[in-house]
Parts: sequence; structure tokens; C-alpha cells
Amino acid sequence: MVLKAFFPTCCMSADSGLLVGRWVPEQSSAVVLAVVHFPFIPVQVKELLAQVHQASRVGLAVLGTWCHRHQDAEEGLGHFLEGLGAIFSHEPWLQLSRERGGKLWSCKATCHQGPPGPAAPDEDQVMLVFYDQRKVLLSQLHPAAALPDRQAGDGTAGAEGLAVVFDTVARSEALFRSDRFDDGPVRLSHWQSEGVEASILAELAKRASGPVCALLACLLSLVSAASACRLFQLWPLSFICSKLSVCEQLRHRLEQLTLIFSTQKAENPAQLMRKANVLVSVLLDVTLGLALLSWLHGKDCIGQLAKALVPVADVSWSGSLVVLEHLFPACWGHPDCPFPAQWVGPLPPVCLQHVAEELQHLLQWLMGAPAGLKMNRALDQVLGRFFLYHLHLWISYIHLMSPFIERILWHVGLSACLGLTVALSILSDIIALLTFHIYCFYVYGARLYCLKICGLSSLWRLFRGKKWNVLRQRVDSCSYDLDQLFIGTLLFTILVFLLPTTALYYLVFTLLRLLVVAVQGLIHLLMDLVNSLPLYSLSLRLCRPYRLAAGVKFRVLEHEAGGPLRLLMQINPLPYGRVVHTYRLPSCGCHPRHSWGSLCRKLFFGELIYPWRQRGDKQD
Amino acid sequence: MEDERSFSDICGGRLALQRRYYSPSCREFCLSCPRLSLRSLTAVTCAVWLAAYGLFTLCENSMILSAAIFITLLGLLGYLHFVKIDQETLLIIDSLGIQMTSSYASGKESTTFIEMSKVKDVVINEAIYMQKVIYYLCILLKDPVEPHGISQVVPVFQSAKPRLDCLIEVYRSCQEILAHQKATPASP
Repeated sequence: MVLKAFFPTCCMSADSGLLVGRWVPEQSSAVVLAVVHFPFIPVQVKELLAQVHQASRVGLAVLGTWCHRHQDAEEGLGHFLEGLGAIFSHEPWLQLSRERGGKLWSCKATCHQGPPGPAAPDEDQVMLVFYDQRKVLLSQLHPAAALPDRQAGDGTAGAEGLAVVFDTVARSEALFRSDRFDDGPVRLSHWQSEGVEASILAELAKRASGPVCALLACLLSLVSAASACRLFQLWPLSFICSKLSVCEQLRHRLEQLTLIFSTQKAENPAQLMRKANVLVSVLLDVTLGLALLSWLHGKDCIGQLAKALVPVADVSWSGSLVVLEHLFPACWGHPDCPFPAQWVGPLPPVCLQHVAEELQHLLQWLMGAPAGLKMNRALDQVLGRFFLYHLHLWISYIHLMSPFIERILWHVGLSACLGLTVALSILSDIIALLTFHIYCFYVYGARLYCLKICGLSSLWRLFRGKKWNVLRQRVDSCSYDLDQLFIGTLLFTILVFLLPTTALYYLVFTLLRLLVVAVQGLIHLLMDLVNSLPLYSLSLRLCRPYRLAAGVKFRVLEHEAGGPLRLLMQINPLPYGRVVHTYRLPSCGCHPRHSWGSLCRKLFFGELIYPWRQRGDKQD
Repeated sequence: MEDERSFSDICGGRLALQRRYYSPSCREFCLSCPRLSLRSLTAVTCAVWLAAYGLFTLCENSMILSAAIFITLLGLLGYLHFVKIDQETLLIIDSLGIQMTSSYASGKESTTFIEMSKVKDVVINEAIYMQKVIYYLCILLKDPVEPHGISQVVPVFQSAKPRLDCLIEVYRSCQEILAHQKATPASP
């Protein structure tokens, strides 16, 4: 096998000395970590290597010699370096040399033991692979090769191929701690030999984070204990909390904050990345929320919004009363009529009243001949009036709320401090509350339609002379009596001819409901995006691509005749799609659980659909 | 050592194969695809602008024209950056691995490196592509679980699609290097 020598680019201009690193026999590769300069005492070099071995569990050794000299320097240095091979015996012994100021490299590997047989590598078969030590140290390979545990000893089982190089460099941090300004017994050259990298801000942040995290972790544990108390498990509160998406979002936010401020150190790089992602995502969320808050309060948007909802005198309300009067002349003024002849009390809010008006127009259209279809007059009138009365009840409900709307909006606007996602979830809940009547209409229409379909299917079986065998769970033939057949056929005919009317009402209200659900769904999608996007990882990939490595890539450097093959190993960064996929944060979990096929089937049979169920809710 | 020969791809376009022998254990093959032709670019731009002008005469909205210019520019940039591959390179290094690089017309390069321990063999395979039967070179990867199984087939030169004569040249060189690899297993 060709012998590969991995040489750090920072040592390319270092003075002559000894090569120190790790030899991997399975792949016939020598990973050079540092160069030891003259003068040195061999015993001290061996001690240093033993210390590093104890600290990092990486088997380091002196691999060979490095010679960086002028072209016409005397040969004495060369012989001296060869003599060193006798003191530090290592198989094979590498001899790298480079001409100072020139481009001639030469690389030799010799085996002292055994006769030079066909297996002895000669000069043609040594490959020099240059690597950037700092980048290889800081980068993390994905998929993370099964790196051996730090405490598991020296074994290379699991780390294969080039992951061994990354592993070796990452674990030998103890070797890189001294720089050339230290007065140690041994002088080394490596990536930090010009001065150890450190940052004052990072150190200060590390010192300050301890007590701050402890304090905040205490506060957060108090808050979560308060929220888990028995009061919230009681029926009305727990039911409301499970239906509102605000509570889910607040719970999620509490979990995130607990993760960030936990006093435990992250055990592995994946956990550290997750903490960092959660922190950046919470910061962005709060920033956007504060921006929204300042915009709302700055332009007095809350005041304007409340005014739009605050009761004002409007002509169209009385206009619609006139329309209703013409529509039901028989019952207008009748004591049982659900609509009052004149409205007493404060007038309803403008925009909600506009929505109510539109719904009334829609119901009146349905009660006529919608799209030219001929409806059953009696059923049509019954259903139309029932829904109109329901609408009237809803208007009264809005009436009760109207004095408090501005104050509620102002307090709700304050919640944007907790983040944009909380504000969005409140918006989604407000939409749900304000369109509650559409939801009720949909449920009524769906139940009616479902009953009709059930009745039709069972009577259709009777029509053909069959019945559903509950015991055998299949359709069996059955002999009916004449009067059973008569009644059954009569009912079947009635249901079939009433089907278009019910189906039309069901269709219209289902479409309205789906529209509201779509709007809520978009808001949830936006919330999910802010919650689960790993922004820290993405910005790391953008600014420091070598930190997240998918692999390596090689470039062949200029090749001189007679010299060894020289390659440059660079880090191949992870593509953006894989970054998002690997470091995605868990979101609230509000995913639609129906496929399109099952959704269509449910719609056809009139079963109720709940496409945006919260996590942990039971199926209805 | 470097030499260049011209071949043709499956549609008849001209390809240039550059072979570089750096050392007995390292070889590189570089296939250059035909460039973006001015004729097709002009044709597509004219078609888009004619369609936009047609819509403009219908709708009388000048936004359509600016949108058409915008779309053309973005489309061209996107095509050059994500779709049009100028050169495909295969670098095979004994006992390290095989590296495939695609360089796009905008200068972007995308590289994949497969370690030698995962490579089982390099073969020429036949495939049915639309209405043709074509040959393509592919790398077979070892299955970690089953010693004689194959876990993945990685095709090489996917966008250049050279013909059999070009593939045979590349195949022979790769087999010479892989033979070294098989002859000298991991040293004890």
C-alpha cells in the first residue's frame, strides 16, 4: 500500500527538526501533528509524548525527520538527521525535506528491520497530503463517524479512513497548548505556535454564564412548577388550554428557555449545536416580537384597530333588518319571531358586522335558487331560518364583547414581548374565536349530511334486499316483510330527493370552514418555521463552512519529476439542505395527520375533520 | 503527463477528454461538455419576450414586461449556477479514494469523495435511457453488512454522457490503479 504522510500546512516553513505524530498501520498513513526543533534532549521529548498520550489517549510517537535547508547547505545536517533514526526507532522512518525558497520536496520512508523486500516502500510510493490543522481541528464530520470514546482507550475500532485523521488532530489538543513564547523544555511548531488563540469576550461570557444560568434556571423551575399545579388539571381550564394554541406555544417556549439556561454542560457537539440553535432562534423571535410591539404602539395601530371594531352607527345594519323584514313578512312582528323589529342597545362592530352581512347574503342566496338549482322549498326555508337565527345569536355574543375589545387588544399586544410566535398564535386563536359561528355551521351541516348518508346507505341495501351483518361484518341477503320494504322504500325516496339541498348546505359551509382552516394553517406554518429553523447552524455554514464538514476533497499540487506526489486536502462543507435536516429543532408537532385521499373520503362521507390537531389530543 | 482527445457524447455533441497521469498511483480524467450555445439562448429569450409582449397587449399592464425581463435574467443565472455543467473530473488516487468534481458554468464546483475502503469495483453498465440503450461508467460501493453485496451504484460523468469508446479508456486506467489496490492489501 502506498504510504501517506499527512503534513500540516503551518509546518511547511518551519525549521528543521523531528516529526511528531501518529502512525496508523491499517491504512499505512502517518499523521504529523507537530515539528520538534533543535536543540532538544531526547528524554524530554519522550516525556512530553508520554504526557500527551496520558491526557488524550492518542498514541503519539516520533515519526521521522524534517529538513528545511538551503540548496547548497552542507550535508552534515543530513547525516545528523539520519543518525537520529537510531535514537527514536520507528517503523517506517520518514525523512521529509524541502529546499528553502524552492519548490523541491523529497520524501523517503525506510524500514530498518528485515531485508528490503518487495513490500518495502520506495520513493515513488510515498504521498504527501497537506492539511490545514486549525480547520481540521475545529471541524466536525457528518455523518459523525463512530468516533471512539475519549475514555475507551487507544482503539481505532470504528473510526475509518480519513475520520482517523480528524479524530487524531481533534484529540491531541494537549500537544497544541504551548506556543513559542513558553519556556518549556521542548520547542514545537504547530498551528498555535505563533500564539494560543483565545478571546476575552468568550472568557468573560463563560465566567458570567455560570451564576446567571443558575439564577434563571431557578426562576424557570418555579414557573414550570406553578404551571404544573393541580389547578390547571381541572376540567374547564384543561379543556380550554388544550384547544388554544397559545398555551402550546407558551409551553414550548418554556421548554426552550429551560434548555438554554440549564446548568448542565452539553455532552457532545450535537447537544451544543442544539442549545446554540435554540438560543439564536429565541433571540430572533423576541427581537421580531419587540419590533412588532413597537410598530403597533408607535402608530397607534391598536387604537385604530379597536375603533374599527368598536361599535359605530352604521346604515347597513338597519338595511339588513329591512331585507329580513321583506323575506319573512309572515313572521315579522310575530311574538315568536326570533328577530326583533328594532334593535335595542349598542350597535355591533363594523368589520364583524360586515362578515355577518356577507353570511346573511349567502344564506339568502341559498334559500333562493342557488346557481339555478331547484331546492326543496320547505327544507330550504327550515335550514335557512335555523342558520339565520344562529347568526343572530352570534351577533349578540359579539355585542357583549365590544366594550372590552380595546383593552383586551392592548394586553394581547404586550404578549408580543415573549416572541413573534406567541403573537402569531394569539392571532390564530382570535381568528378561531371570531369564526366560531362558521365552525358551528359546519358541524351542523356535516352532522346532518352524515346522518343522511348513513340512512341512505342502509336503505339502499334494503332497496336491493340486503342487510349489514354485524356479526360477520359483511353484507348479507335478507328477506324483508312487505311493510318493511314499503316503509323502507318510501324513506329512501324521501332521503334521495332531499339530498341535493342538504348536500349544498354542507358543501358551502365546508368550503367556508376549509378557508378558515387554511388561514390558520398558514399562520401555524409560519410559527413552525420560526420555531424549528436552525439559524445558528445555517449562519455557521455560511460564515465558517469548514466547521460543518460533509467530507474532504483533494487537489493535486504541482508535481516535479522525481518528487513525491503532493495533494492538498480541503474540507468539503455540508450542503444547506443537509444542515437543516440534521439540525432541525423539534417544533410544536402540529402536522396534518390525514393524507389527501383520506381527507377526501372523510369529506365525502360527512365525517368531521380536524386537520390542525395539537400534539397529544385524542381523536374525536 | 497530459494528453487530450476528442470524443462524442450520446447525442452527438463533441466532448474533450483530458487525461493527466500525475504518478503511477494518481490519475485524473477531465471531460469538457459542449458550451451553452448562443443560438438556443437567443431562441429562449425571444420566445419568453414574445409571450410577455403578447400578454401585455392583452392586459395593458407594463409590469408584465418588467417581470419578463426579471424572469429571463433570474432564469439564466439559475440555469448557469445550478444546471449547466461545464466540466466533469474524475480523480483516482491509489489507497486514498476516488473523487468526482462537477464544475458549473458559473464557476461553482461540487465535489464528492469516496474512500478506497468503500469502493468494490469500477464497471461499465448498460441502461435504457428514454428510447436509447446507453453505456455508463459507475462505481460499486461495498456493503458493510454483507461482504459480497453491493450497497450503492454511483454513476460517473452523468451530465457529459460519453460514448463507449471514451468510457473504455477511462475504465482501463481505473482498473490498472484498482489492480494495485487489490494486489497490495492493507499492510500488517
